[in-house]
Amino acid sequence: MTVSAVRSPAPLALMLLGVTALLCAGGVAVGSLGWEPLWSRAGDASAAILWDIRLPRTLGAWFAGALLGLAGAVAQGLFRNPLADPYLLGSATGAALGVAVLLVLIGVAPAAGSGWIEGLGLTGAAFAGAVAAVLVTLGLAKGVQHTLRLLLAGVVVGMVFGALAALVMFWVPDIMRAMQAFLLGTTGFLGWASVGLLATLFAISLAVAVAFSRALDALALGETTAASLGIALGPVRVVLIGVMALATGAAVAQVGLVAFIGLVAPHLVRAAVKPTHRWLLPLAALTGGVLLLAADVLARWLLAPQELPVGVLTAVLGGGYLLWLMHRRPS
Amino acid sequence: MSVALLAEGLRVTLGGAEVLRGIDLALPAGRWTAIVGPNGAGKTTLLKALAQLLPHRGRVQLLDREASAWGHRGRARLLAWLGQNQGGAEDLLARDVVMLGRLPHQPWLGAPGAADGAAVEAAMRETQCWDWRDRALGSLSGGERQRVLLARALAVQAPLLLMDEPLANLDPPHQADWLRIVRRHVERGGTALSVLHEITMALHADEIVVMDAGRIVHQGRCADGGTHAALESVFQRRISVHSLAGQWVALPNE
Repeated sequence: MTVSAVRSPAPLALMLLGVTALLCAGGVAVGSLGWEPLWSRAGDASAAILWDIRLPRTLGAWFAGALLGLAGAVAQGLFRNPLADPYLLGSATGAALGVAVLLVLIGVAPAAGSGWIEGLGLTGAAFAGAVAAVLVTLGLAKGVQHTLRLLLAGVVVGMVFGALAALVMFWVPDIMRAMQAFLLGTTGFLGWASVGLLATLFAISLAVAVAFSRALDALALGETTAASLGIALGPVRVVLIGVMALATGAAVAQVGLVAFIGLVAPHLVRAAVKPTHRWLLPLAALTGGVLLLAADVLARWLLAPQELPVGVLTAVLGGGYLLWLMHRRPS
Repeated sequence: MSVALLAEGLRVTLGGAEVLRGIDLALPAGRWTAIVGPNGAGKTTLLKALAQLLPHRGRVQLLDREASAWGHRGRARLLAWLGQNQGGAEDLLARDVVMLGRLPHQPWLGAPGAADGAAVEAAMRETQCWDWRDRALGSLSGGERQRVLLARALAVQAPLLLMDEPLANLDPPHQADWLRIVRRHVERGGTALSVLHEITMALHADEIVVMDAGRIVHQGRCADGGTHAALESVFQRRISVHSLAGQWVALPNE
């Protein structure tokens, strides 16, 4: 892998930005029929397809991936566990439940291509569900003081909310298809409104996370040592869990339950360089963006004119990477 | 002689059990004190409570000032802490780990300055780990890792140095080096407090605090016969203290 030759973070960041630019071009060039770079053709229809469909979808996929990568790096640092992922606090199944309830209430299937109002409603419901699940997790864990209790509460909430979402689907099977798109992850609903929202939340989350990056470094030595270094653990946990919930909720609300990006992105960065969190956080975000965008381009291209659910692709690729990692490091 | 650390009526309850049962302790400034005692005596808990890293009842004073009056950052500059068997930070470079010791001296969003770099290099050279500054902590052996963590504590350049089993994983030459590092810290006017299981090493300290069952049973100089008797008693007379080549050593009986 060429990445392993890179030893300092700045060249890696530049490389990831370069790959992002290439993938953006690819994302705009690949359409529903496979490779069809419309910019060579004149005409309002082509311009509209490029500008209103492909470009926002491409940028949105990148931002959603970046949010997941960032949330994953924060989760792994905060919980001091390389297997932590952004869905840990139950936000993913919370979002699924929110979407299921909304679909039952409005009784439509937005996958059929209805307008952006339903799209935004779906997003809002997913976000509300994600926030509700995180709040329940925090309530069950009685705050953020005990990391282990937080993890356990997250697992419980994830299971219960997932079961409730499944129950809703069981009662109202009509929503099954629309739910499926959401559960498998899809970039199909991304428009300019979503891109604006994702970009804004990404900027906020990244800035706050980087501002607290040294606390994450100190936490790597254990909570007692971090406290001895003057880190106020309580407020730091509150802020970082807030960032994690916001970033995950925003991404899940826009693209559904895309698997593995948040888990794998920080791993890929650490396989290439050993940075402090000040670099790890933005690098994991860049990697997450590149991963989801690459998966999205592939998902549209591989079986065109059919489209693979992007979440299936990220799950296969991410799972494959973890397996490879396991075999390479048997310990 | 001024008092560096003072505790009055210190009580700590962990998981429903009272681990510290009313500790009164005064540690002289500019000295090295070793805390010893059998497993479960409350040594680590005492160290953590003194460092304000555990909720406790009773009063703790750091350098003539109430511990709570120092604030998070002030206390972090005053007191450096080295924990026992610290895991984690596998993916951080050794130098970045030691730089964490400079956190209390840096503004919140500021980058490390020249003084921080110098302190890190000095600490890493003192514990002889400068050579692997660019290696990840996870790639080091147990002893190498311990020297990096010790450098991290030294880089704080705090007057009070609290260490919990700092000799874990260190080979004999580096145990001797550790003794020299602590001596130098004390000669510079610093105060050191360490929990030690190696009684022979503890007998090199200026003073020994002997603990048993959440209480202090003895505090005295290492050369005192009373200290030796207290040591032999808390370890159920399974060890005895002898003089050998001008040093005190603890040897197992039988």
